Amino acid sequence: MKRSITRLLMAPSVILLLIWMIIPLSMTIYFSTIRYNLLYPGQNNFVGLLNFEFFITDPGFIPAVSNTLILLSTVLIITVVLGVALSALIDKPFFGQGIVRVLLISPFFIMPTVNALIWKNMMMNPVYGIFAWISNSLGLEPIDWLSTYPLMSVIIMVSWQWLPFAILVFVTALQSQDTEQKEAAQMDGATGWHIFRYLTIPHLYRPIAVVVMIETIFLLAVFAEIFVSTGGGPGYDSTNLAYLIYNQALLQYDVGVASAGGLFAVLLANIVAFFLIRAVGKNLTV
Amino acid sequence: MTLNQQRKFKTFLTGLFAWTVALVLFFPIFWMFITSFKTELQAISVPPSLFFEPTLENFSIVQERSNYIHHAINSVITSFGSTLIALIIAVPAAFSMAFFPGKRTKDILLWMLSTKMLPAVGVLVPIYILSRDAGLLDTRTALVIIFTLMNLPIIVWMLFSYFKDLPKEILEAARMDGATPWDEVVKVVLPLSVGAISSTALLSIVLCWNEAFWSLNLTASEAAPLTAMIASYSSPEGLFWAKLSAASTLACAPIVIFGWFCQKQLVQGLTFGAVK
Repeated sequence: MKRSITRLLMAPSVILLLIWMIIPLSMTIYFSTIRYNLLYPGQNNFVGLLNFEFFITDPGFIPAVSNTLILLSTVLIITVVLGVALSALIDKPFFGQGIVRVLLISPFFIMPTVNALIWKNMMMNPVYGIFAWISNSLGLEPIDWLSTYPLMSVIIMVSWQWLPFAILVFVTALQSQDTEQKEAAQMDGATGWHIFRYLTIPHLYRPIAVVVMIETIFLLAVFAEIFVSTGGGPGYDSTNLAYLIYNQALLQYDVGVASAGGLFAVLLANIVAFFLIRAVGKNLTV
Repeated sequence: MTLNQQRKFKTFLTGLFAWTVALVLFFPIFWMFITSFKTELQAISVPPSLFFEPTLENFSIVQERSNYIHHAINSVITSFGSTLIALIIAVPAAFSMAFFPGKRTKDILLWMLSTKMLPAVGVLVPIYILSRDAGLLDTRTALVIIFTLMNLPIIVWMLFSYFKDLPKEILEAARMDGATPWDEVVKVVLPLSVGAISSTALLSIVLCWNEAFWSLNLTASEAAPLTAMIASYSSPEGLFWAKLSAASTLACAPIVIFGWFCQKQLVQGLTFGAVK
């Protein structure tokens, strides 16, 4: 087929995505260099890097950056480590495998706002929650999760959502593992641990890279869970970058500073993405 | 123990372990589900009650209080609408990239993937202002446009990886018989990939249905889908867990069931075809 027709078929997707990327991003760049507060219209003079200075010296900035990175790395570690361990353990035929699969994946389909409300109220409530009931039954003092360990609580909610995804990907990947290789190793006297360490883990390198990449995209942008459960508090204890910027833009109406923050978030995501896309890009078969 | 018995015992342990993990992870959903049939007093009883007389009262209160059906319709329109539009745009692109790859195809695909890396919050302000100036704040149109563009890369990738696996000889045979490019797509490729396209659509619907960032920031009441309606239950008046559970169950049930059917495709789609 002629090259021009293939181009024509691709054009709508490419052009739309290009617009979707360039227009808002250049507006963000422009807004970040002017004074722009929705409460004071008409005073939009150029201020250079002042907005960036405001954003970086905001008392919420350092907590927000560190919370973003803590949230990202903790959830990644929890989901990848537990995901690999659990999927290796359940990767053998047993009774009711199909039902287990369906039960395991379900949390991934729960919308983030519902996720946060279930955990906030029915699991973590210090008086009526399931956790409080367990603590009391064991004779321990119940914990007020959301105000004592706000970031930890958000991490639990987000991990609950993403662990099933990791398990599902790893189980799928394990199904393509070479069983003959495994059997040969067993014949040669390899223990279960050796097989796991030298055959299963290397087989999972690529799926792990992919899970890390996908989760990173979504975890840098965690918003609804915080919005609904802790509201970023107490103080800035569970505020991440996404929430801080939302706060600047739609609660304090400071478009300039929020845009500067948005660019910072893009920069951070790009630094992370740069390494990830390179690592994963090599593994993608096109 | 004989070897056979040993093996059976191992299988039993694996099963027991897998079931335990699955039940623990599923517990919050199970709890939400049964709480939705309790009275408010039963919902907060200590110790938690497992046996009670179920009531359907909460569901009708949810409909009355927050007009569930209105928000459900918004969710259906935005997720199905944007999925349909995205498919119409993505099918030709994925088709031409899979069957007529050029030197740049891989770069274009990776670039599409990289647009997903752009954090939504980085463009929150412009999108908010553009929608406001276009009079699209709190409209379903705005959400449909955003959801379409948001999922386009994933949809192109998924379709691409399906199309790539179709045998090329079929197309050549069709061409020999005098089929035009249009015929090739409509009469050969599409019928062969009904399954692929429907599971892609399913995944896209799931992602739109659960999208919360844009729906929380761009809608108020008129166009608010279920994700945003549920968020209004975060600042409750009085006793509300049973009603919250009822609302949540109604909001999640259709999509969780959808999800069960597309879980295998989900792995392929969300990992951009890297894990099959």
